[in-house]
Amino acid sequence: MEVLDQGINPIFTDPDPDKAREFFRQKSRAMVDKRMTEKEAVEKFVHDGDYFAAGGFGANRIPSMIIHEIIRQRKKNLGFLGHTSTHDFQLLVAGECIDRCDAAYIVGLEARGLSPNARKYVQAGKLKLTEWSNYALDVRLKAAAEGVSFGIVRSILGTDTFKMSAAKVIECPFTGKKYAAVPACWPDVVAIHVHEADMYGNCVIKGISVADLELARAAKHLIISAEKIVSNSIIRENPTITAIPYYMVDAVVEAPYGSYPGNMAYCYFSDEAHLAEWLKVEKDPEAFAKFLDHYIYSSANFEEYLEKCGGLKRMEELQKLENVVEA
Amino acid sequence: MAPEYNTMELMICVAARNLEDGKTVAVGTGAPCAAAMLSQKTCSPNLVILFEAGGVAPMLPSMPISVGDSRTFYKAIMAAGMSEMMTTCARGMVDYAFLGGAQIDKYGNINSTMVGSDYSHPKVRFPGSGGANDFASLCWRTMIMTVHSKDRFVEKCDYITSPGFLTGGNAREEAGLPEGGPYMIITDLAVMKFHPESKAMMVVSLNPGVEIEQVKENTGFELIIPDVIGRTEAPTAEELRILRDEVDPLKVVIGR
Repeated sequence: MEVLDQGINPIFTDPDPDKAREFFRQKSRAMVDKRMTEKEAVEKFVHDGDYFAAGGFGANRIPSMIIHEIIRQRKKNLGFLGHTSTHDFQLLVAGECIDRCDAAYIVGLEARGLSPNARKYVQAGKLKLTEWSNYALDVRLKAAAEGVSFGIVRSILGTDTFKMSAAKVIECPFTGKKYAAVPACWPDVVAIHVHEADMYGNCVIKGISVADLELARAAKHLIISAEKIVSNSIIRENPTITAIPYYMVDAVVEAPYGSYPGNMAYCYFSDEAHLAEWLKVEKDPEAFAKFLDHYIYSSANFEEYLEKCGGLKRMEELQKLENVVEA
Repeated sequence: MAPEYNTMELMICVAARNLEDGKTVAVGTGAPCAAAMLSQKTCSPNLVILFEAGGVAPMLPSMPISVGDSRTFYKAIMAAGMSEMMTTCARGMVDYAFLGGAQIDKYGNINSTMVGSDYSHPKVRFPGSGGANDFASLCWRTMIMTVHSKDRFVEKCDYITSPGFLTGGNAREEAGLPEGGPYMIITDLAVMKFHPESKAMMVVSLNPGVEIEQVKENTGFELIIPDVIGRTEAPTAEELRILRDEVDPLKVVIGR
């Protein structure tokens, strides 16, 4: 196939579908109890140099608990998939965990503003970037989920987003139309926060799924954190709503408020005061180092962080905020 | 007596009037969302609001803070995913989308990625495309609401994140992009569209109290100025009442 034009930046993951098939051939299909602590899950499945991706969108239904643990275990040189990544990106940069990133949306926290620390990190050239759009990244994951080496999109053509990507322009063999071919992306490890999971990893997501259905299917290793662990019979009562079946999942971590300070639909709203504190303290590197030490490094686990943020009392306030929306 | 209003309120009212009833619009947070909500409550009750993260036609209880927060699918007809939204754009079923950025050039190309001359060491880094490039590529009509200044309206963007008409004329189609592109730019000074052939930006109407010289002074490239320029209609008392009391009572957007 003739390549008409191509982006100049690197592909951070191997798009070979047969290597991916060989990996998935070896992946366990055993329906066994996969529950473990966040510490165990990250020790076992996140390694220095891995390419990591997180579920959710913005600060919504992001796997905050797992990302905190990645920072606490001082994982280094991770790659990252940044599709509307906000607080998750801010966290990983704060821990200096990532050195390369497929970027569609980074550095910002939507309407809340830009992260001073993340911006400094990128402006200093500490992150090797390849640019994409959100949909281009989604199609990369869909291609991986489908077991093929690339997908096609009609967006990104003609722009610097294309030029700074790793996409290639190809011509349709049927119509002659031009498309951007984007390489499949199989992340080494993915963390997704869900509403409910059973001990085997069968998952239920409520509300929007964002790109998590394809992300789960593209993941080589998948860590699930769940607001609630439910019995397998609950899953079997309504299998229509199972979003992720157990055989994609490697670890199940019980994680009440596991997306805090993000918004978990139908459970709790985002803690805007805490997110604002992050944006403020980042302006002063010394104060920010103390802030990180207080909230993350010196916390034994995520539960301790939640305690420091006001514990159950604060969580109940956020539940009320979310329920006002529901009423 | 004519009611008083600020420029943000004016821009939102103008945008709201230009969203046709029965069409679909992809919005983000802030002013675009306010415009779509106001449009539903005034001229276009059957306007369908879509959010990139998956919310379809919610009954928005208040202004969302994120394109994916729970308000974006509150009592929605569907809580889908990004793929559902973007494939709907790609199939040609999304009529309008709102975009924003740090720079816009005369062909409506937008920069929301970086300012500076060295990509690997930008002077200022912004978030990047998110879904903006996809909307700009795949929706029929993109709309921009922004402050009118020389450092925003530039001859050449430092970086083109999202496509307008690229280098003008047929450049967009030649690059392989489907028909569509920027439709209307609404600023605190004027409303602009694009010339049907050259695809360069042209003034359509001046906002109340604004003279053409002001627009020229605040634009970093030569605008097409037609012989007859209209006057943007000021917000009506009814539009302002709905915007202030029902759409944004906390003044999250209009209070700025």
